[in-house]
Amino acid sequence: MKTLTVEGVSMTFTIPGMDPIQALKDVSFRLDSGELLSILGPSGCGKTTLLNIVAGFLAPTEGKVVLEDKLVTGPSAERGMVFQQGALFEWLTVEQNVAYGPSMAGKPRRETKEIVDHLLETVGLRDFSSKPVYQLSGGMQQRVALARCLANDPEIILMDEPLGALDALTREKMQGLILKLWKETGKTIILITHSVEEALFLGERLMVMAPRPGRIMKEYGLPFAERGLVEDPREIKAASDFIEKREEILTMIWDMEEEIMGHRSETS
Amino acid sequence: MSDKNHQSSLMIWLGLADNSFTRQKTVKFGDPSAVNSGRAYGIIMVAGLLILWWVSTNFGWIKPIYWPSYSEVGNRLVKLLSEGYRNVSLWDHISASVYRVLSGVFYGAVLGIPLGLAMGLSSIARGMFDPVVEFVRPIPPLALIPLIILWFGIDEFAKIFLLFLASLFIMIIAARSGVNGVNISKVHAAYSLGASKFQVLRTVILPNALPEIFTGLRISMGVCWGTVVAAELVAADRGIGSMIMIAKNFLQTDTVVIGISIIGLIGFGIELIMRVLERWLIPWRGTG
Repeated sequence: MKTLTVEGVSMTFTIPGMDPIQALKDVSFRLDSGELLSILGPSGCGKTTLLNIVAGFLAPTEGKVVLEDKLVTGPSAERGMVFQQGALFEWLTVEQNVAYGPSMAGKPRRETKEIVDHLLETVGLRDFSSKPVYQLSGGMQQRVALARCLANDPEIILMDEPLGALDALTREKMQGLILKLWKETGKTIILITHSVEEALFLGERLMVMAPRPGRIMKEYGLPFAERGLVEDPREIKAASDFIEKREEILTMIWDMEEEIMGHRSETS
Repeated sequence: MSDKNHQSSLMIWLGLADNSFTRQKTVKFGDPSAVNSGRAYGIIMVAGLLILWWVSTNFGWIKPIYWPSYSEVGNRLVKLLSEGYRNVSLWDHISASVYRVLSGVFYGAVLGIPLGLAMGLSSIARGMFDPVVEFVRPIPPLALIPLIILWFGIDEFAKIFLLFLASLFIMIIAARSGVNGVNISKVHAAYSLGASKFQVLRTVILPNALPEIFTGLRISMGVCWGTVVAAELVAADRGIGSMIMIAKNFLQTDTVVIGISIIGLIGFGIELIMRVLERWLIPWRGTG
């Protein structure tokens, strides 16, 4: 298993005719194998940019991303990605979507079938394997996306607001599923979210980012994800230590927003 | 359900009563889904036109040279079906036209789709072909007929070439916009699942562009069907367009009317077939 190192990553978008935008400034962190990191921040804090850099879709202006000893220069099957929505291949069935990675890699059909069946069982979609994905609900589609990513057996899974488009109830169920998959597969996971509760519940570590320029504001180590594996999620989220953390972080983000609004009214 | 709200399914089918869902709506003006089929009025309209036809020709309000009577059309149709027109059976006239359209669309698609994909994917291809496409696109295919007669004469090849041109640019633009319409998340997902560039093209870009390509095929069919008739009006010894042109010269209005009706019916039939094919081949259309 491999360690992910993000070293001094800065990202500046230069658009002709506009002031350059510094989306990320000197972001560094290390993620050990099997860790579950959630990244939280107000919109515009560069969290999606950061994830895209780790995924290899964007090259940072400065700094580098290294997985174990290999420099990240582009996307690869080592770093799987789960998007918010719209990334499933709607011309394929559930089964074919999940089998996409292995079949592109030319794995034998039988082996692929085994992997796919097992994963569909795990995410609770066995009865839907031959359905076209567009007939599934949003929550089911995200289950397919998770299974598709896992079928490829990546070293690290990057999730870009994977539950952002779901309704509150489905969201809670899916949080449980993500924890379960994390436990069962032992994968390293980075999860981006704008929900404080989700970030607290789904992060062994939590990084709070601040905007303009995007940077790491504060990092926490959290016990809730581990607890979520055995305890009732509702109880965890209603416990005083959870609420305390939630309020602390919310206050911090509110202050950030205030500061930005303040800056804006000064400059305008 | 109260009696007041009960409407027979016949009344609903005829569009004389709202269906049970629309009946509950209080806002109907401005809500297009609350406008029912109005089928009864359609039936009245068509019947009225047919009666007007019968009355006007039967009482001599209109001369046969301007519009034929039922019996003239009927007799001519029987004759066309049994003897054909000018030693060519009616079926051969129709199939000549349909064959030209299908060939034109086929060649247009075979060249146009790869070109359009290339223009969506590579700046070299886009740069090279964009000026040509943008220049030729607004030219109606019919305006090319004189040039094509000069180049290739008036034989079969010339006609198919004209239709090929008509369909080519439609297909290029359809394929290009199909590529442009791809959700970048899908492409990113494919790459991070380990797909190569070629695999991304084959398994993501191409299927993603299929709905647009199919729309292009449908438009091509329609445009080529219109163009083939016009091209046959100019010069041809068979084909449905040539049939009505020659009939006109002999003042056979009945044949002209029958020919025009056939053109309309086949155009409509092509559209229907394409719609069925579309639902069958691209069931995911509009779901991305």
